[in-house]
Amino acid sequence: MITGPRIKTLTIDDKPVGAREDETILTIARENGIRIPTLCHLEGLTPIGGCRLCLVEVKGIARPVAACVTSVQEGMEVTTDSPRLTQYRRMVLELLFSERNHVCSVCVSNGGCDLQDLAQEFGLTHLTVPYQYPRHKVDASHPWFTLDHNRCILCTRCVRVCDEIEGAHTWDLFGRGMQARVITDLNQPWGSSQTCTGCGKCVHVCPTGALSEKGKSVREMRKSREFLPYLRLMRQGRQV
Amino acid sequence: MSRSTITIDPVTRIEGHAKITIQIDENGHVEDARFHVTQLRGFEKFCEGRPFLEMPSLTARTCGICPVSHLIAAAKACDGILAVTIPRPASMLRQVLNLAQLVQSHALSFFYLSLPDFLLGMDEDPKVRNLFGILAKFPDVARDGVRLRQFGQSVIEELAGKRIHPSWVVPGGVNEPLTESRRDAILSRIPEALAIVRRALERGKRVLEDHREEIRTFANFPSLFMGLVDDRGLLEHTDGKLRIVDAHGKIIGENLDSTRYREFIAEANEGDSFLKSPYYRPLGYPAGIYRVGPLARMNIVDGCGTPLADQEWAEFRDLERGAVLSSFHYHYARLIEILYGVERMEQLLLQRDILSKHVRAQANVNNAEGIGIAEAPRGTLIHHYRVNEDGLVEWANLIIATGHNNLAMNRGILQAARHFISGRTLTEGALNRVEAVIRAFDPCLSCSTHASDQMPLHVSVVNQAGEILDQKIRG
Repeated sequence: MITGPRIKTLTIDDKPVGAREDETILTIARENGIRIPTLCHLEGLTPIGGCRLCLVEVKGIARPVAACVTSVQEGMEVTTDSPRLTQYRRMVLELLFSERNHVCSVCVSNGGCDLQDLAQEFGLTHLTVPYQYPRHKVDASHPWFTLDHNRCILCTRCVRVCDEIEGAHTWDLFGRGMQARVITDLNQPWGSSQTCTGCGKCVHVCPTGALSEKGKSVREMRKSREFLPYLRLMRQGRQV
Repeated sequence: MSRSTITIDPVTRIEGHAKITIQIDENGHVEDARFHVTQLRGFEKFCEGRPFLEMPSLTARTCGICPVSHLIAAAKACDGILAVTIPRPASMLRQVLNLAQLVQSHALSFFYLSLPDFLLGMDEDPKVRNLFGILAKFPDVARDGVRLRQFGQSVIEELAGKRIHPSWVVPGGVNEPLTESRRDAILSRIPEALAIVRRALERGKRVLEDHREEIRTFANFPSLFMGLVDDRGLLEHTDGKLRIVDAHGKIIGENLDSTRYREFIAEANEGDSFLKSPYYRPLGYPAGIYRVGPLARMNIVDGCGTPLADQEWAEFRDLERGAVLSSFHYHYARLIEILYGVERMEQLLLQRDILSKHVRAQANVNNAEGIGIAEAPRGTLIHHYRVNEDGLVEWANLIIATGHNNLAMNRGILQAARHFISGRTLTEGALNRVEAVIRAFDPCLSCSTHASDQMPLHVSVVNQAGEILDQKIRG
C-alpha cells in the first residue's frame, strides 16, 4: 500500500481545487492562479504569518486566518477577497507606513518596492492614523551594504534567509513592539559583524529600501530574488 | 498723522510664500520696507544622518520648479565626496539639463509671472492682470510662453525620464547615457524655441521703452554682482569658477575656488525672515550687498559664447557704462539667457561624444567634505556637505540663489515704496509696483508652485493702536 500526503478538496473563491494535506491555502491558491497579497512571505523561506496581509476568510471560522501558515482542510470554503479583507489589508499597510519613515521619493528602492506596490494596489493615498516619526539611525558601517531602519517593516525576511539559506544567522530581532528592530550579531554595527559573510542575500530579499547596496542612488536599487527557490531546492538535494 | 505699517501678504506671482511690510512715518512718508520670507523648510537639518547618495534627490524636493538646480549642485558636492572627475559626456549632459531648466524657469518668470504687468499694465485690475488676461488679449504671446516652457520641460523629460524630480543626475555623473533618438528629438524642437525667444526679445526690448520710471526705481543702486564663468570668462551655469564684479563692472574676485566660498561669503540672520542674508565678507554687512542671477551673470561675463546671445549681450551692456544696475533689467537679462540656453544646448548636443556610454564615475567615500556650486535660474546655488566615514551626512549648508539677493530685494522694495507710495491711501498700482520689484528678481522661496493669481492678497494700513486706516482685499 502506498502511503503519502492525502489529497484534500476545497473551494477558493468558489473555485473547486485539490491540494495535498501539507500544503497551505496560499500555496494552493497560487497554483490555481488566485492572487493573495503578501509581504513577509517569500517563496523559499519558512512562512511566519507576520504581516497579516494574506488574511483570508474561511467559512465557519469567525476570524480571518493567514493563508501562508494555514493548512488546507477537507471541505474548506475560502474567500480571498471581500470588503472586510480589503479593509484589514489597508489597515495593515497604514500601520506599516505610520510606524517608520517611509519616504518613497528619496528611496533607493522607489519603483522597486513591495510595500510601495501594495500601497498603490490598495489605493493608499493617505493615512487615517498618525505618523509616528521615530528617530532611527542609518547603519552604513558595512563596506558594501546599508541598513536603514526607517524603511524596515520587520518582515524578518533578512533574518530567515540568513539563517535558513546562508546558514550564518547574522540577523535577529531586538526589542519589543514599536521598539523592535533588526540587529546584526549581538546588536553591533553591521560592519563589525563577525558572522556576516557579505553574501547580500538579505539585501535582495528585503521588500523595501531598508537594506540596499552601497553606491546605489535614488530609484536605482532593484532586488533579484530568483536565486531563492533554486537554492532551497539544492539544499534539499533535489534536481532543478 | 500717526506712524503705520502697510503689509502686503502674500506677495503674489512669485514662487513661494512671503510678505512685505512698509513702515509709514508720522508725515506719511515711507520710513522702511522689509521683505519677509514666511516659510521654513529646514532641509539642512533633516538631511543630517542620511546617506550622501540621497542628497541630490532629497534636496531637489526643495522645489518643484527648479529641482534640476538642486540635483546638479548636490551631485557636484557628492562628486567632491567621491573625489572623482566625472566623464566629459556626463558633464555635458548635466549642462544640457541645467540649460533646459533655465529655459523653462525663465519662460515661467517672464511670460507667466511678469508679462501681465508689462502688457496689461501695472495699474490694471488684478483680476485680469494674469496669464489668462494675456491669453484673452494676446493669445499668440501666451501660446509662445506655454510652448517655450514646454520645450524646456520636454528636454528635461527626454534626458532624465521625467519633468519634475527626475533621479537621473547622480553622484559621479548621470545614470543613463543619452540615446541618438532622444538627442534628435531635442534637436528637432530647437528651431521653434529659438524663434519664440527671438520674438520675446523683440517684444521685451519694446517693453523697456514704456517702463523708464520702473527702470529708474526698481532696485536700481550700486552693488556687487556674483556668478560662475568658464575658463575664458564666458557664461557658464554648471561648471566654472566664481567671479565677482563691482558696480563699475570691475572684477574684484576672479577664479574664486568654490571650496573656499566661506572666505568671501558670510551669512547674516535677520529676525523677521526665514531667509538668510548673505554678503561679501571682505566688505562686511551690509556694505557687502551683492546680486546674483541673470542680471549679475550678464554683468560679470566677458561674453556669452553663442553667436546670437553675444550680439544681444553686447547691446545689453551698452545700456550703462559699468555694470547694468537696475533690477528691472533682470527681465531683459533673462531673455538673453533663454536665447543663450537654446543655442548652447544645440552646441552641446552636436558634440561627438555626447552619446558616449561613459557617463558615470564610481567610487566610495574618499573625502569627508564636498561643495557643489551651480548657477540656478535665479543665481548661484551652493551645496556644502560634511559626511562621516560611512558616508552619512553630518552637516549640510545650502545657500539658495534667492538668498544671495535678499539684501538687494529689501533695499529694492524700499526704493520703490519711497517712490510710489505716500500717505495713507493705497493704490493698487503702487502696491503692485512694490511687488513687481520682488518679481523682477524672480525669487524662488522654495517649493511652492501655487498659481499665484489664485492666492488672496490682503493689504492693510494699520496705525500703532491697531486701527485699520485703509485696506484692500483681493483674490
